[in-house]
Amino acid sequence: MSLLFNIISLTIVFAVPLMLVALGGMFSERSGVVNIALEGIMVIGALCSCFTLSALDKNGFGPAHPQLSMFLAVLVAAVTGMIFSLLLAFAAINLKADQTIGGTALNTFAPAFAIVLTWAIQGQGITTIQIPSWIRIKASDFGFTELHPIIKTLFFKYSYMTTPIAIVLLVVSYIVLYKTRFGLRLRACGEHPQAADSVGINVYRMRYAGVLISGFLGGIGGLAYTVAIGSGFNASVGGYGFLALAVMIFGNWKPLYIAGSAIFFALFKVIAAYNAAIPFLPSFGGLKERSSLYQMLPYVVTMLVLIFTSKKSRAPKAEGIPYDKGKR
Amino acid sequence: MKKKPLAQNAALVSVLASILSIVIGLLIGFVVLLLVNPGAAAEGMAAMLGTGFSSLDKFGKVLYQTAPLLLCGLSVGFAFKTGLFNIGASGQFTMGAFFALYAAIVLQLPWWACLIFSMVGGAIWGIFPGLFKAFFNVNEVITSIMFNWIGMYLVNILCANTPKILASAWGATNSDRTAAIADANAGALIPSGPMKAVFGDSSWINISIFIAILAAIVIWFILEKTTFGYELKACGNNKEASRYAGINANRNVVISMVIAGALSGLGGGIYFLAGTIQYVLVKSILGMGFNGIPAALLASSNPIGTIFSSLFISYLQVGGASMQPNFSSESTDIIVSVIIYLAAFALLMRQLIVKVLTKRKDKEAKV
Repeated sequence: MSLLFNIISLTIVFAVPLMLVALGGMFSERSGVVNIALEGIMVIGALCSCFTLSALDKNGFGPAHPQLSMFLAVLVAAVTGMIFSLLLAFAAINLKADQTIGGTALNTFAPAFAIVLTWAIQGQGITTIQIPSWIRIKASDFGFTELHPIIKTLFFKYSYMTTPIAIVLLVVSYIVLYKTRFGLRLRACGEHPQAADSVGINVYRMRYAGVLISGFLGGIGGLAYTVAIGSGFNASVGGYGFLALAVMIFGNWKPLYIAGSAIFFALFKVIAAYNAAIPFLPSFGGLKERSSLYQMLPYVVTMLVLIFTSKKSRAPKAEGIPYDKGKR
Repeated sequence: MKKKPLAQNAALVSVLASILSIVIGLLIGFVVLLLVNPGAAAEGMAAMLGTGFSSLDKFGKVLYQTAPLLLCGLSVGFAFKTGLFNIGASGQFTMGAFFALYAAIVLQLPWWACLIFSMVGGAIWGIFPGLFKAFFNVNEVITSIMFNWIGMYLVNILCANTPKILASAWGATNSDRTAAIADANAGALIPSGPMKAVFGDSSWINISIFIAILAAIVIWFILEKTTFGYELKACGNNKEASRYAGINANRNVVISMVIAGALSGLGGGIYFLAGTIQYVLVKSILGMGFNGIPAALLASSNPIGTIFSSLFISYLQVGGASMQPNFSSESTDIIVSVIIYLAAFALLMRQLIVKVLTKRKDKEAKV
């Protein structure tokens, strides 16, 4: 039984980065900008926030105020993610560049920059930034001394501040997208920017907002990924930015569906990582490298979903097309 | 005869735009090096730019890496010409590598047959984005990204479940990689041919660079001299107009992706049949296919231009490896990323160059 709760708890901690980054991608695409730079944004957010954590660890502030430090790291991740995403926004919106190529450039830049910087700061050849252990939320922080082991596994085994923040951001995302004037305008710019412009909405500004929100969420997602894997930041987020794209598509560009599909994808990731320890999984006739099979499944499922929903896809209609006022 | 004005020479403008991107890329790279380690920046830059020609062995390594990069660049560029963004070169490369290694180690075929296998493998992986695009209207970028990962994991599974392909079946102890080709089937090694006379015993060198250049010429011929190539380009320029003109756009999308996939697959075959590297079961996508994107962009997707752009990129990469220990070899990727970023608004750069050229001409006219 404890294994099952362990899986649930792990699934949640891995679903957090997927959901945050996919929500980021959703805001960007809903405003009309395809954002395949999510992977790069995650790397930059994780890089800067991990350096923040490690600096706070060294000067003693971190161990003394662990959760305040973690909150600072989240802010750093969000802000640096936003700054980095400006590069995409500038190319895609002002220069009307090809959004996919611009995103590819950012994805190439981020990990290279991360390695070069880590190498320079930490000394030659040390490319992993260690994450201090005090960032974890412990049961004793809340004054709980004796807890039921199930509760303890569920809530305090892999518990980081990023999880409650992610839940808040999910709710906020839903409200912003569907219940505010801003959300309506943002969606209009992704569906029919010409029409939006004709009623006085500044399409460029809306698209900037969409991309910046994706930088904000993507940066936090990068930190959330790094704390989830736990072994330190190694200039990579293991393809989670691309997986988040799949989560976004699978979630049909809608916040609540995205949350659901993030959990679904995370579950497969956890099963892939721990399949040897899970007794009730099929053995597929003694197939080797079963973890690769589980890793592969979410992508295959996404492709199948794309086939079956292609006729009524909810993808924003104007995504990927630079908005040119002159062509209205 | 009246000379054509410089600004209207499209090829010249393209070349100037590429050179400008390279210069800006190198400058920004240098600035980053200065920021992270001011003392060693000049030395690091010199290592990056000087190593490739420093010895025959290093130059051999440049050529060795150019061949697969050129093929991936051709793959991406060919798809660009048809209006498709083949970000899936990486998966096709991996699939081609697996097919080649399977043919070499398990089926014990000679090298040329293995290369045909690699093309088939890449083509199979290229057909999916094509079919998805043609029949389900799914964006090929999304399909390609998904199939990069599916391909990587699938090759892991296939390798792990084919005991004969692993190094452990051929006298080595490790089972996390494929067998060394020299041990398993020396006939599958790509011959070094006439290159041996120039490069001596450099382990890097073989005729793969000639195969890749031949592929570039064939692709150039298809695009520029055949009806089929014309149709592909027409689809790339305006899908609706070409459909109206009676061109079967869907068929062309699929065929274009198959050819693009075959090129990347051949790149994978060439890379691993050189015998210097074994395929290790990976957890992250191989970078070679991604590097095909800057190679193609830098050359404005021109097949002949891609020869030079991929030569340049692999020259930088060989140089990057010798920047250690002051800088990590990934420094070159920063320069490459700037080049890609600039290529994203290539049109703007070209307009800029045309403006500068016309201005100069006006000045001359006044004098």
